[in-house]
Amino acid sequence: MASRRIPRREFLKSVSAVAAGAAIGTPAVWSAQAQSRRETLLLITENGPNNLDIHGVGTNRPGYEASWNCYDRLIRNAKKTLPDGSTSYDRDKYEMELAEDMNIGDMSATFKLKKNAKFQDGTPVTANDVKWSFERAISVGGFPTVQMKAGTLIKKEQFVAVDDSTFRVDFIKKDRLTIPDLAVIVPGIYNAALLKKHATEKDPWALDYTKSNTAGSGAYRVTSWKPGVETVYERNDAWAGGKLPALKKIIWRTIPSSGNRRALMERGDADISFDLPAKDFSEMKKEGKLKLVSNPIGNGMYSLELNVAKPPFNNEKVRQAVAYAIPYQKIVAAAMFGIARPLFGGPSNDVTTADWPQPSGYSTDIAKAKALMKQSGAGPIDTTISFDLGDAVNSEPIAILIQESLAQIGIKTTINKVPGSNWRSEMTKKMMPMMINFFSGWLDYPEYFFFWCYSGQNAIFNTPSYVNKDMDAFIDGARAAAAAGDKAKYAKDVEGFISKAWHEVPRVPLFQPYLNVAMQKNISGYSYWFHRQVDYRSIVKG
Amino acid sequence: MLATLGKRLATAIPTLIGVVIVTFLLTRVLPGDPAVYFAGPAATPQSIAEVRKSLGLDRPLPEQFLRYVGDLAHGDLGNSLSTGQPVVKELRSRLPASAELTLSGLLLSLVIAVPLGVLAAVRQGSWIDHICRIVATAGVSLPVFFTGLLLVYIFYFVLGWAPSPVGRLDAFATAPPSITGFYLFDSLLARDFESFRAALSQLILPAVTLAVFSLAPIARMTRASMLAVLSSDFVRTARASGLATRTVIVTYAFRNAMLPVITTLGMVFSFLLGANVLVEKVFAWPGIGSYAVEALIASDFAPVQGFVLAMAILYVALNLAIDVLYGVIDPRVRVDG
Repeated sequence: MASRRIPRREFLKSVSAVAAGAAIGTPAVWSAQAQSRRETLLLITENGPNNLDIHGVGTNRPGYEASWNCYDRLIRNAKKTLPDGSTSYDRDKYEMELAEDMNIGDMSATFKLKKNAKFQDGTPVTANDVKWSFERAISVGGFPTVQMKAGTLIKKEQFVAVDDSTFRVDFIKKDRLTIPDLAVIVPGIYNAALLKKHATEKDPWALDYTKSNTAGSGAYRVTSWKPGVETVYERNDAWAGGKLPALKKIIWRTIPSSGNRRALMERGDADISFDLPAKDFSEMKKEGKLKLVSNPIGNGMYSLELNVAKPPFNNEKVRQAVAYAIPYQKIVAAAMFGIARPLFGGPSNDVTTADWPQPSGYSTDIAKAKALMKQSGAGPIDTTISFDLGDAVNSEPIAILIQESLAQIGIKTTINKVPGSNWRSEMTKKMMPMMINFFSGWLDYPEYFFFWCYSGQNAIFNTPSYVNKDMDAFIDGARAAAAAGDKAKYAKDVEGFISKAWHEVPRVPLFQPYLNVAMQKNISGYSYWFHRQVDYRSIVKG
Repeated sequence: MLATLGKRLATAIPTLIGVVIVTFLLTRVLPGDPAVYFAGPAATPQSIAEVRKSLGLDRPLPEQFLRYVGDLAHGDLGNSLSTGQPVVKELRSRLPASAELTLSGLLLSLVIAVPLGVLAAVRQGSWIDHICRIVATAGVSLPVFFTGLLLVYIFYFVLGWAPSPVGRLDAFATAPPSITGFYLFDSLLARDFESFRAALSQLILPAVTLAVFSLAPIARMTRASMLAVLSSDFVRTARASGLATRTVIVTYAFRNAMLPVITTLGMVFSFLLGANVLVEKVFAWPGIGSYAVEALIASDFAPVQGFVLAMAILYVALNLAIDVLYGVIDPRVRVDG
């Protein structure tokens, strides 16, 4: 736009050129603008990034998207087409991004870097940059460090720059999650020389600089960022990580009101609206004006979580009664508008596959629930059911439906709405007796989910405070079997921990939610990713 | 005049000190733990502690307060965690957006409400009086977010007259070079008439939304005040002296009726700054109100403190300006400390 306006201003100044300029200049200008719109994507979401670097303190989810598109990793997941025709990342296959070759040995993995890979300031990407970046990820603390730990990437000595273009990761122990963990957002490659210039004694990893500047070799760089308003990206034409993206420019606007996001899409003023509420999604789908894509969120589960450390839910029979009293169908239909995969009504609580997530054997059966309540010996129960107000769109109707249903089996509940800013600290206290919650893991493996949500380490996400030695044995067994490649033992342990979780039911599985996206019909190339953000690199407009 | 101004300003200092202390304490007793919030997903107690330490929240309260006051003295309001930017920079870029919107709304409302109020008073009981009553009642009973969404629905979605509600400028337009921060002025100063048109067309719907909300108090106050003045002795005398109706109403009655209207205006302006929060949300307006609310939701202390402080200074300045204006309108009013 600027390029269009400046000539016009200058031309107004020079009176003699008016006639000639008006005749020739205008059409050229308009077609240039149309051209630039064809190569520009207007993306709208509810929230924008608070930090362009995932290593930063408290970077929010939209910030992950900026990191994903502006930095490269050594490897990335390949893509596959799902049965419904949509595209998704492939959990089990990798393609090379900054590496041109990956060689996995017994206790290490060696990567050869692409020779033509350059940072956006023109300096070549070397093994030392990789080493420095990985050291940064395990040193800054907070979320990035925890995520690295999930793949047993813990010590600086594990990262070795063999020569300028050869990098090696040494394993402390065998862990199936190590290689997958190299393809998530956190281990991006940063321009070490540039960042060292911006480092200070207080800020040795230059987090202040990367907060608002991108310093990678990725396909895009942020050229303008107005927090809470707009993020503008431009393509890096020298990108070595893959096929040059089709879009030259991405404009990402924050539009807080969901009604307005919908209006913008339906009037054709925006190209993609990402992460729609289920209600808007189902209504827009019926209208049929836009292309709508919906993918189940991998390794994700909404559940009703019961605090097993305290009465009344320390009583297994009471928990099972609750599981039989939940109006599952109504929840999926009324709260999620049918846009959810049921995780109930399976054949049995003794599961026979290692699929995850998979349905429990529970379904709504008030008579059975009443009988279980009688057997439990628990008197009338008066308790609270909590949910995160930040997720009120989904959680509030679920809470009301559950409240209504539990009243029938003598469990009286009051609804406790917890403000979004408080939710995490309430979760850490582990005092809420009953709550509606959602958890999803980036690494799509059942043992990863169970490690966070059911294991005896009693992490923040183990909200029921469920600690059980047999359960830990199953989880550790599955992790060890996966590392050793023992498929039979792995399947047995996974089936074991799922069955145990379904029988003892510290969390009552409800459904697997979907990630919903609306786009104009001329947009293609969208893919679902485990990180649940938009990858601009494959998107095509036209 | 300068001495009285100085005296008046001096009385504002204790208020501001009070505001600094109260906002600091208030943000600390708010529920929610910023360290937990910003430690993000997959946080462990250890990573929460790391975040707490890097935010300086592990220090005792008095130490945190001293550090806050010290930074304040250097004009440093701290960093916002949710947007990652210095609060001063954010306020500087967002305050003009809010001010431009609020002032446009107020101006629009004045242009409609004052003549309406005057006419309603002069022709008491006539159809114009009824219109004034209906407009005022309707305006005050419609919540701003509702008016805003309704206007967007009608003028953008159905009719397509208004531009898309995406903030101060269309996504494909570029902002004029910042001089005052008011896009309307900046684009005129840069002689960039296309930007002016773009900024104006984005501004119309939100400004109308605010104007509808603020019509009622101004129109009603103008009417009541005009009625009181019109029935007073000096107006009767003026009428009896055979002065033209126009002269009586405009020169004598209107000027005297303006004092309470100015007072109301000050109040309305402060209401509008509050109502702004919702309007900014609806129209994706990058103003100071939506900034403060987002910060509050994220228990992000620094912007909330900065916002309250900025508002307090604004109110003090506003009250001062209104006091001075009293003196201009009615020389009998003296500005005393």
